[in-house]
Amino acid sequence: MMLPLKENDRPIVKKLLEAGCCARCVLRFCFLEVQSAYRQPYEDTAKELLAFINDEETNVTKDSAVQDQLTKDPPSKKIKLDTAKTDVQAEGDSALVPTVTEEGGARLVKSDVCVVCLGVLQEFCDEAYATKISEVVKAENYQFDTMVLSVSLPAQLSVREHSCWLHVKKEVRKKSMLLDKDDVIKVKDAFKWIMQGLVSKELGGVSVVTKINRQTEQFEVGVGFTHPETDSDCHFLAGACSDCFSPTKNKANVFTRMAVAKAIGKVSDEKFLKKFPCPPTRPASKCVAQDVQCLHVSVFVAGRYNKFSRTLPQTPWVIDGERRMESSVEELIAAPLLSSFRAKGFNFSSSGREDVDVRTLGNGRPFALELLNPHRARFNKAEIRQLQETINQSSDKIRVRDLQIVSRDAMGHMKEGEEDKTKSYSALIWTQKAIDKDDITFLEETKELKLAQKTPLRVLHRRPLTVRERVIHTMSTRFLDAHHFHLVLRTQAGTYIKEFVHGDFGRTKPNLCDLLKTDTDILELDVESVDVDWPPPVPE
Amino acid sequence: LALTLSSCSFTSNRRTQTRVYIKGKNCEDQCVLQHSNRICVITLAESHPILQNGNTIKSINYQISAGCSRLQNKVSGKSKRGGQFLTELAPLCRITCTEGVEYTIYSCIRGRLLEVNEGILERPELLLEKPSTEGYIAVILPKLEESKTVTNGLLSREEYENILSKRTSSTQQGPKTEPEPC
Repeated sequence: MMLPLKENDRPIVKKLLEAGCCARCVLRFCFLEVQSAYRQPYEDTAKELLAFINDEETNVTKDSAVQDQLTKDPPSKKIKLDTAKTDVQAEGDSALVPTVTEEGGARLVKSDVCVVCLGVLQEFCDEAYATKISEVVKAENYQFDTMVLSVSLPAQLSVREHSCWLHVKKEVRKKSMLLDKDDVIKVKDAFKWIMQGLVSKELGGVSVVTKINRQTEQFEVGVGFTHPETDSDCHFLAGACSDCFSPTKNKANVFTRMAVAKAIGKVSDEKFLKKFPCPPTRPASKCVAQDVQCLHVSVFVAGRYNKFSRTLPQTPWVIDGERRMESSVEELIAAPLLSSFRAKGFNFSSSGREDVDVRTLGNGRPFALELLNPHRARFNKAEIRQLQETINQSSDKIRVRDLQIVSRDAMGHMKEGEEDKTKSYSALIWTQKAIDKDDITFLEETKELKLAQKTPLRVLHRRPLTVRERVIHTMSTRFLDAHHFHLVLRTQAGTYIKEFVHGDFGRTKPNLCDLLKTDTDILELDVESVDVDWPPPVPE
Repeated sequence: LALTLSSCSFTSNRRTQTRVYIKGKNCEDQCVLQHSNRICVITLAESHPILQNGNTIKSINYQISAGCSRLQNKVSGKSKRGGQFLTELAPLCRITCTEGVEYTIYSCIRGRLLEVNEGILERPELLLEKPSTEGYIAVILPKLEESKTVTNGLLSREEYENILSKRTSSTQQGPKTEPEPC
């Protein structure tokens, strides 16, 4: 194609080529938005630029450095150019770049790695790399509709970009006073213009898009590049603009892309030019591509669970690295889901929780399970019903109902329930003094009993010491024998039932001991209902 | 219903607790109850003079020195910042009975003071009626790294009972024998 370059682009092109920019970066600094210009083979762009320079009537350049920069193939590439076209096949010197060997000595090395993109737009923008990316995606076998390709570049690219900008700023302003650094095409954009199409083709036409919002794009493939050789390019910014960098983190993480970009924005041109070469130095090596990472957004599965065992914790019980109790509610629910959704991990949360020795009866307790990086995310109602059945068959200690896929916001509903909804319990009470039926009937008349509960001693090691005001709305009783009766209570969320019964050294007031005027203790406790009307019931 | 049970609240959620004893001078024995989560409750032991012979309590004072009152102890946050750090001999409070004898109650263990029992200020009879539960003196949180060793060297129930029986047998033998020093 004919690159739409103008007369006033020529000085920019020439300066950047001499400095060691690759052909595609030159296009970027010419503010070229024509995506096809970037998509065409690198050599074609290179040749066109060369021709553009040589076209100058008054100044036929035989500048060998410029010729070399354009005609040399990107490093390690094995392109068989048609010999008829390649009358400018260059042998000559590519730039000699000093580099330090592994042994510690210095030597000169031939390099034509772009001084700005460090090879990203040279080496990694072709079908070969697109194939590599798509091979990883195919191997991981995800289920998805659209794919987002995201690219992460080393922070020093913005330093080098700024240096190149300063190098041609005058020439750009001559071209147009309105153009600014922000108008330069970003490396990421150029990369995506080239690679989205190539990757899509390799994956059989799958839609590869730029991320606009989280809702529609669910699957992301991340490519990343590092360039250890030039990591220190950023370091001078710490001195020039110290308030941009957080001192608390360790050195390696201080120079984040955000922090570096911010610092560059703050530093004056003079200060920058004092501390960093303009144009940037030539690197000896190109970027290293990191492993391709695939990530699918989390899927949220909600439901309600019953717990029928008095020896099953809700979450794994581990002390000093040793597991104290076999299994847990969350593991029993998660296991079949992890395998069907082919997810790597999960986060379990619920609307409150019960102790190991407490059963959860009635409609059960609402929970939500976040499945991390699921390889499969779409299930119809019948399949979900089947999953629920699988969980229920796997153990008689728990039961799950109303299993359904929900959105991330749904999690908020569940946590709401924790604070302001009521719960009801039934407890088996022991009394020290002998009682008869009439001694406990008054409890049925006791309504809206206000308690002041200091943080129970059994949880005081991990909770702040405070006093909680809680209300027991209603109670009912069933006499069993002289030292036992059943107590059913409906209480405000967050009430400690065990402490209400035994008093916790008098730190819950009033307590059942006070009310019955005898020592009492709780032998068994069950949750009868968690009065949260979420998630919506799923008809069987 | 044949259900075994201890009236101690700590057992009702299946965790274990240990009770150890400290022999004090003049039989001023104390007790430490440690929960499996390392929290300790300091109480009087049943042999303490305050709990004998129908005493009544005249006053309980948490102001243990001019500059230090245990009532001013304030902890905040999960890590209980601000709690006074106590060593074994740190006084918790001074209790005066009606015959005028003043007793000092000690921490007995190392740790951060979380709270003292203000209930006994309002109702001192709690201390006499329920010294092991509602009449507790203080709650202390030992350091995490000391949680297992903080009760080392204190007496088990068996050892304590041995000492008690030695005391009574020596008084029963009559004035000829020196009473066992407390």
